[in-house]
Amino acid sequence: MTFDSEYFNIGYLDSLSYKDTFVHRLDPRVKLLVSFVFILFVVSFPKYDISGLIPFFIYPVFLLTAGDIPLRVIAKKVLVVSPFALFIGIFNPLFDTNVLLTLYGISITGGWISFMSIMVKFTLTVSTALLLIAATSFLGLCEALERLKLPKVFVIQLLFLYRYLFVLLEETFRMLRARDARSFGKKGRDIKTFIRLISVLLVRTVERAERIYQAMLSRGFRGEIKVLRRHSLRFQDFLFALFSVSIFYIFRHYNIVNILGETLGRTLR
Amino acid sequence: MHMADALLSPAVGGTFWAGSIGAIAYASRKLRENLDDRLIPLMGVLGAFIFAGQMINFTIPGTGSSGHIGGGMLLAVLLGPYAAFIVIASVLTIQALFFADGGLLALGANIWNMGIYPAFIAYPLIYKAIVKKNASNKVITIASVLSVVIGLQLGALSVVLETKLSGITELPFGTFLLLMQPIHLAIGLIEGFVTAGIVIYVRSLRPDIVDDLEGVKALSTGGSLKKVIIVLGILAVLTGGVFSWFASTYPDGLEWSIEKIYGKSGVPERQNPISGTLTEIQKKIALLPDYSLPATGKEEEKPSWPAVDTITSLSGILGGIMVLVVVVIFGIGMRVLRKKMRKT
Amino acid sequence: MSHHILELKDVYFSYPDGTEALKGISFRILHGESVGLTGANGAGKTTLLMNLNGQLFPTKGLVSIGEIPLNKNTRQEIKRKVGFVFQRANDQLFMPTVYEDVAFGPVNLGLTPEQVDERVTNALETVGCLHLIHRPPHRLSEGQKNAVAIATVMAMNPDILVMDEPASNLDPKSRRQLINLLKGFAHTKIIASHDLDLILDVCERCIIIKDGRIAADGPAEEILLNKTLLEENNLELPLSRQKR
Ligand SMILES: Nc1ncnc2c1ncn2[C@@H]1O[C@H](COP(=O)(O)OP(=O)(O)O)[C@@H](O)[C@H]1O
Ligand SMILES: [Mg+2]
Repeated sequence: MTFDSEYFNIGYLDSLSYKDTFVHRLDPRVKLLVSFVFILFVVSFPKYDISGLIPFFIYPVFLLTAGDIPLRVIAKKVLVVSPFALFIGIFNPLFDTNVLLTLYGISITGGWISFMSIMVKFTLTVSTALLLIAATSFLGLCEALERLKLPKVFVIQLLFLYRYLFVLLEETFRMLRARDARSFGKKGRDIKTFIRLISVLLVRTVERAERIYQAMLSRGFRGEIKVLRRHSLRFQDFLFALFSVSIFYIFRHYNIVNILGETLGRTLR
Repeated sequence: MHMADALLSPAVGGTFWAGSIGAIAYASRKLRENLDDRLIPLMGVLGAFIFAGQMINFTIPGTGSSGHIGGGMLLAVLLGPYAAFIVIASVLTIQALFFADGGLLALGANIWNMGIYPAFIAYPLIYKAIVKKNASNKVITIASVLSVVIGLQLGALSVVLETKLSGITELPFGTFLLLMQPIHLAIGLIEGFVTAGIVIYVRSLRPDIVDDLEGVKALSTGGSLKKVIIVLGILAVLTGGVFSWFASTYPDGLEWSIEKIYGKSGVPERQNPISGTLTEIQKKIALLPDYSLPATGKEEEKPSWPAVDTITSLSGILGGIMVLVVVVIFGIGMRVLRKKMRKT
Repeated sequence: MSHHILELKDVYFSYPDGTEALKGISFRILHGESVGLTGANGAGKTTLLMNLNGQLFPTKGLVSIGEIPLNKNTRQEIKRKVGFVFQRANDQLFMPTVYEDVAFGPVNLGLTPEQVDERVTNALETVGCLHLIHRPPHRLSEGQKNAVAIATVMAMNPDILVMDEPASNLDPKSRRQLINLLKGFAHTKIIASHDLDLILDVCERCIIIKDGRIAADGPAEEILLNKTLLEENNLELPLSRQKR
C-alpha cells in the first residue's frame, strides 16, 4: 500500500529536519535561495551537455554528508519518483537520431545523449529538493518564505496544512484499516465506497476546522497570527552563499570535466 | 501531470514562477480584503485533507487499475476561487518538497497548470455558471464533469507548451499533444464524476458545508464575474505575449517542431528588439553562458561534449569519471570528518 | 476581590436542526469550587460547557460570570475569564510549536514580548512541560499534548477552568498525572467527564445531567456513591468503589 510508505516518508523527512548540523543551522532563506540558484544553473545547460553537469553533484553530496542525512532515503526516492521526466525523455532517442559521436564503432545519437542529460538533471534537481527539506525544518522554510515577502495568508496556510497533515493522515489511516477489515479482497475499493469514505472524511475535516476555530476564538483570536522569527543571518550564511554560488559559476563557465580529461589525455600521450 | 525541473529551461521555469507568485499575491490580497476568519483554519485543514485523500486509492471501473483524487475543483466548490487557489498552491508546494513531485523550479509551472485553470477559469466560468442554489444532482454532475475536464485539458496543454518551449524534448508538438490530451480527458471524466459524487454526498450529510460557505464565497469572489474575466483576459494576453516571444526567439521552441514538420530549413536570422536587449543584458551578466538567445545562439546546438573527434570525447569520459571520483571522495571525507567531530 | 460566581438561570439551548440539547439548567458555582459534570453520552455536557464562554448562546435564559452577563458585547471579556480546554488536544494545539501555541493567547491579549515569554514559561512549568517548549505538536505523546493544551489555557490566567473530557484519550499513567495536576490548581474548575473516579478525586461537587436537565447536584462523595441514582442515569459506580 502506498499509504504507509508515503506517510512514513513524510514523518521520516520531518524527523531528519530537527538534527543539529552545520547545514541545519544555516538560515533557511540562504539554503532556499542557494538551492534555487543551483537548480537554475543545472537546468541552464543545453540539451546535449552531460559533462558540464557532473561537477554539480558536489552540492547535493555536500548537503547529504554535512547534514548527516542517510544516502539510502534520498537515493530511493530519486529512483522511485517522477515517471514523467522519464516518460517524456525516453522519446528523445526515437526522434533525434543524428549520430553525434562514434566510439569504437558504436554510434551514439543525439537523442540518447539528450535523454541522459535529462536524467542527470533530474537526479540533481530532485535530490537537491529532498535534501533541502531534510536539512531544513518546515517551519524554517515557512519563516524564510514569509521573510522573502510571500503573502502571509499563503504562509499561514502552509503552516496549518503541515500541522494537520499528520493528524489527518492518522485519521485516514484508521478509516482505511476499518474499511479493509470490513471488506474482503478488492470489494472495498470501488468508486462508490471511495466516495462515501472520502465524503465522511471531508465532513469530519470541516467539523475539525470548526472546533479549531472555536479554540482560536477562545484564546482571543482576532484575525492576526504571528509568524515567529527564530533565525538571523550570520557570517557563515554569507560565506556559504558566496562560496556555493561562486563554485556554481565556475562549474558553469569552465568545463572542469573536459579540462581535466584533456590534461590527463595529454599526459598519457 | 507534475511538470519536472529537468524538462524546463530557466526562462520558461522563471516565467511561470513569476506568473504563479503574481497569482498568489493577487489571490491573497483578494482574500485579505474581506477575509472571513473562519477560512484561516478551514483552508489549512482542507489542504491536509486533500493530501490525506490522495492517499486513498479506488479502482477505476472497467480497467482494474487504481486512481486517486486530484481535488482542485472540489476545493473550488468548497472554498471559492481565491481560497481554493491558495490551498492548491500550498498542497503543490508540500508535494514538491516532501515527495519531490516536480521540483522547485517546476513548482511555478505546476501551480499555474493545476491551480489557475481550475480555480480561475473552470470554476467561475463553467461550474458557477451552471450550478445555481439548490441545483439538482444531475446539474451538479454535469457541471463538475465539464469543469474538471476543461480544467485538466488546459493544464495538459500547458504542460505540452512549457515542455516544448523549454526545448528539452524531441517529441513533436502534435505527437506530444496526442499523448497528453486523451489521457487527461479520461482522467478528467473520472475526476469529474468523483468530484460530483463527493459534492452530492456531502450535501446530503451536511448541506450547510456546500451551501453555507456560499456566503463566504460570495464575499471572497469580490463581486462580479466581469472582473474575473478582465483579469483572465489580461492573463491570456500576457501568456500569449510571453508565448509568442518565446516562439519567435527560441529555435528549439514551437517553430522548431514546425520547421521539422514542414521540412523548411533555415528560418531567416531574426534580430527582434526584445531578444537583442536581452542578449545585451545576458552578455553583461553572463551568468549562464550557454543558455543563450538566438543572436549569440549560433553555438547553442554545438555540444560541449561529445565533441566531434573520438580523442576529445574519450578525454571527456575520463574527465567525467575523475570528477565523479573526486565527488565521492569528498563525500566520504565529509562523513569521516563528521564522525570524528561527534566523538570529540 | 470578586467572587467569580458562575451563574446559570434557566438556560435552554437548541441546535439549528431543532435538537433541544439543554432544557432549563440552573446552578451557581462559587469561587474556588471544583465541579464535576457527568451524564450519559448525548446528555448535553458539551453543549452546556460551550454555553459558558460564548461559543454558543442560550436560546433562552441567562449565563453570567462574575456578575457580567454573557452576551455578544461581553463575549471577548468572558472568553478571557473562562479558560476552555477542548476535548481533543489536537484541535487546541493548532500552532507550529509548543511555544507558539502557548504564546497564542497572551499575544492576542496584547502583552509585551517579555510578558508573553514569562506567561509561557510559567504555564509550561505548571504542567511540567517546559522541556517540550520547542517541539512541534505532532512530535508529542497524547499525554503531553493534553498537558500542553492545558498550559495554552493557563497562560491566559483565566478565573475559571472549563474542561471537556480531559482524560478520554489518556493511558493510565498520563491520566494519573493529569489528576495530580488538576488537584494542584486552586482555580474554580468545571470538568465534564465520564470518568467518575477522576471526578471523585478532583471535585468536591458533582452535577449529573440527563436529557438536557439536571438530574442531581450535590457533594461528589454522596452522588457518586449512590448506586440507584447512577443507574438511573446510565452510569456506573466509580471503579475504585466497585465491589467484586
Ligand atoms: N452540532 C450539533 N447539531 C445538532 N445537534 C447536536 C449538535 N451537537 C450535539 N447535538 C445533540 O445535542 C445533544 C447533546 O450533545 P452533547 O452536548 O454533545 O452531549 P455530551 O457531551 O453530553 O455527550 C445530543 O442529542 C446531540 O446529538
Ligand atoms: Mg461531549
